[in-house]
Amino acid sequence: MRGAESHSALCTLHSALCTRMKIHIKGGRLIDPGNGVDAPRDVFIAAGKIVAVGEAPRGYTANRVIDATGLVVCPGLVDLAARLREPGFEYMATLESEMEAAIAGGVTSLACPPDTDPPLDEPGLVEMLKFRARNLNQARVYPVGALTEGLKGARLTEMAELKDAGCVAFSQADAPLTDNQVLYHALQYAATFGFAVWLRPQDSALARNGVAHDGQVATRLGLAGIPVCAETVALSTFLILARETGARVHLARLSSAEGVDLVRQAKRQGLPVTCDIAVHHVHLTEMDIGYFEPSSHLIPPLRSLRDRDALRAALADGTVDAICSDHTPVDEDAKQLPFAAAEPGATGLELLLPLTLKWAEESGTKLPFALARITLEAARVLNIDAGRLTPGGAADICIFDPERHWKVDAGALRSQGKNTPYLGLELKGKVRHTLVEGQVVYETK
Amino acid sequence: MWLNPSNPQLNRQGQLHHLLSLEGLPAEILWQILDTAKSFVGVKVKKLPLLRGKAVFNLFFEPSTRTRTTFEIAAKRLSADVINLNISASSQSKGESLLDTVDNLSAMHADMFVVRHGESGAPHFIARHVAPDIHVINAGDGRHSHPTQGLLDMYTIRHYKKDFSSLRVAIVGDILHSRVARSQIHALTTLGCPEIRIIGPRTLLPPHVEQLGVHLYHDMRQGLREVDVVMMLRLQNERMQGALLPSAQEFYKYYGLTEDKLAVARPDAIVLHPGPMNRGVEIDSSVADGRQSVILPQVTFGIAIRMAVMSILAGNK
Repeated sequence: MRGAESHSALCTLHSALCTRMKIHIKGGRLIDPGNGVDAPRDVFIAAGKIVAVGEAPRGYTANRVIDATGLVVCPGLVDLAARLREPGFEYMATLESEMEAAIAGGVTSLACPPDTDPPLDEPGLVEMLKFRARNLNQARVYPVGALTEGLKGARLTEMAELKDAGCVAFSQADAPLTDNQVLYHALQYAATFGFAVWLRPQDSALARNGVAHDGQVATRLGLAGIPVCAETVALSTFLILARETGARVHLARLSSAEGVDLVRQAKRQGLPVTCDIAVHHVHLTEMDIGYFEPSSHLIPPLRSLRDRDALRAALADGTVDAICSDHTPVDEDAKQLPFAAAEPGATGLELLLPLTLKWAEESGTKLPFALARITLEAARVLNIDAGRLTPGGAADICIFDPERHWKVDAGALRSQGKNTPYLGLELKGKVRHTLVEGQVVYETK
Repeated sequence: MWLNPSNPQLNRQGQLHHLLSLEGLPAEILWQILDTAKSFVGVKVKKLPLLRGKAVFNLFFEPSTRTRTTFEIAAKRLSADVINLNISASSQSKGESLLDTVDNLSAMHADMFVVRHGESGAPHFIARHVAPDIHVINAGDGRHSHPTQGLLDMYTIRHYKKDFSSLRVAIVGDILHSRVARSQIHALTTLGCPEIRIIGPRTLLPPHVEQLGVHLYHDMRQGLREVDVVMMLRLQNERMQGALLPSAQEFYKYYGLTEDKLAVARPDAIVLHPGPMNRGVEIDSSVADGRQSVILPQVTFGIAIRMAVMSILAGNK
């Protein structure tokens, strides 16, 4: 495997040269859901942008040809939730390690939640994060600012200032917001400026002390449960307040059949909300807790098979807009504990693509539709110009081998977090090249 | 997906290597433990040499008197060296991780860990990380399991009722938080008990509990009708602090075992309680001390059960 480290260093050193690089991606299957393309097409890149798709522009000579025969060429992945753990949790992961993981997973744009330490509630912190990320010259980082100061759920942050510093939306991450008046005002204030508010529906009182879906597995194992009504009660409140305030609300990490059904009804009634689910929840259920497997301790909890199937159905009918990795690198010490005491979360940046492909294959979903959930539709939620390969647009591209099997083990993951229920298992679909702004930032044989 | 790992309690030959839960254990193993315990009950000799030279560590991360003492007595009667560690008061408060504690104790050449812990699954966690020749016995973890209690209850029932195949058994009280109830339910279903009833208010019954193979009752008089065995559970005082129950008085009135409620059970019904009892909360003194109570024999049988489990584990490599 060729080191992405050395390659990205090279690119940083010769950044000016690289952006002028003309790259011809040849012989691949181009899947660009935003432009309705799924066909063998070449892609031509110059000066960081896509200059043509199909035929080369007149007088175009490539400095480099990437042979994509047998590979899929698609827009770079857009991930709505990737924790980079900086500032504050560098013992779990660093910006360097997680940005490497992103490009190794084909992710070229990612939103990071504000649950850092301190939380992203000040423009200076956001600017610093953006600056550090930009210097790494890898994926594009879109910080989600804290909705309330310190994520404490009491005072609003300076949202407009945070927006100017680079925040694309505002959220509480997984921190509770118990005061509905604060939430109401936060949505009103955000609506004043047209800012998006991302909310994960979970009533903190109903979920108190809970660590698993309160179904048959939690009953058997004696784990404290989080009932589905913790999700639907919060969701109902959010939907009512979204309607009342006109705020742009995105609902993050739904987990239950009843939850996606509420969103389905709201969308039918014309409420302009969007929602996502985490890629683990597309596959796993409460059964995967097995005998207290700490890597399956996730937020929201893995629910029943019926819920998982309902999430899949909601993906198929468009109720769920996007799939995110919900990337949460956790250090080994924090996972080496009995189930309830173990830190929740799973690493995901490098699994987002193969697990999305697995869902497509298992459910018979067409590849362009599946890939749109992690490219085009995620970019729509983020409200950024990404997720499609239109001439004139930035050349953020993922080239992957859809047939290549690889084993998920600690050595294969670039993320510092090796915590995943898939550890030791084999998945299909491997990223071969990742391009950001026309630069090859990652490649492997 | 379904990662579905194999049962971590059994070795490659399908023998018991750890005792972590009664769920998923084959009936033969339960009968083996009950039969072995029976062979210990009548023994007049104070010391048997079955665990001579072995070191049994009692790791109690949660306070306990009865369970710890009976494990200690059982180990000593089998000639083991017993080391009692009250860990909540020592290393955990100094910030040592559970894994470090276990590694350190393993390095002291332990042969068996008897673990009581407040977190469900802690004994599974320890079993996964100890050296392969160390046996782990769960002495109660969170709300999950208390297998030796479940086994001694089965021993008691078998002692008085001989046969499980025609029994009607009721388990009464706080099922939600009870590791004892879970162990009893698994043991009874495995041993072929045809009718298990659980009785309590909805706030104290876990969701989907009927999938464990039990019938739900909210009215105690209905639930106790014609039963052969009544298994009472301890109601923790802290349950009264949240919104699960209004008061101990109201609980006693509707779910406390009194003589008149017991009268609807079969006349030869026996009454069990894992202890320690809250007299006047879940059980009336006249029942606890009455002719149908087998609460004190339970304690005696508990020593034999723990001897049986330790001797069987020591014999399995």
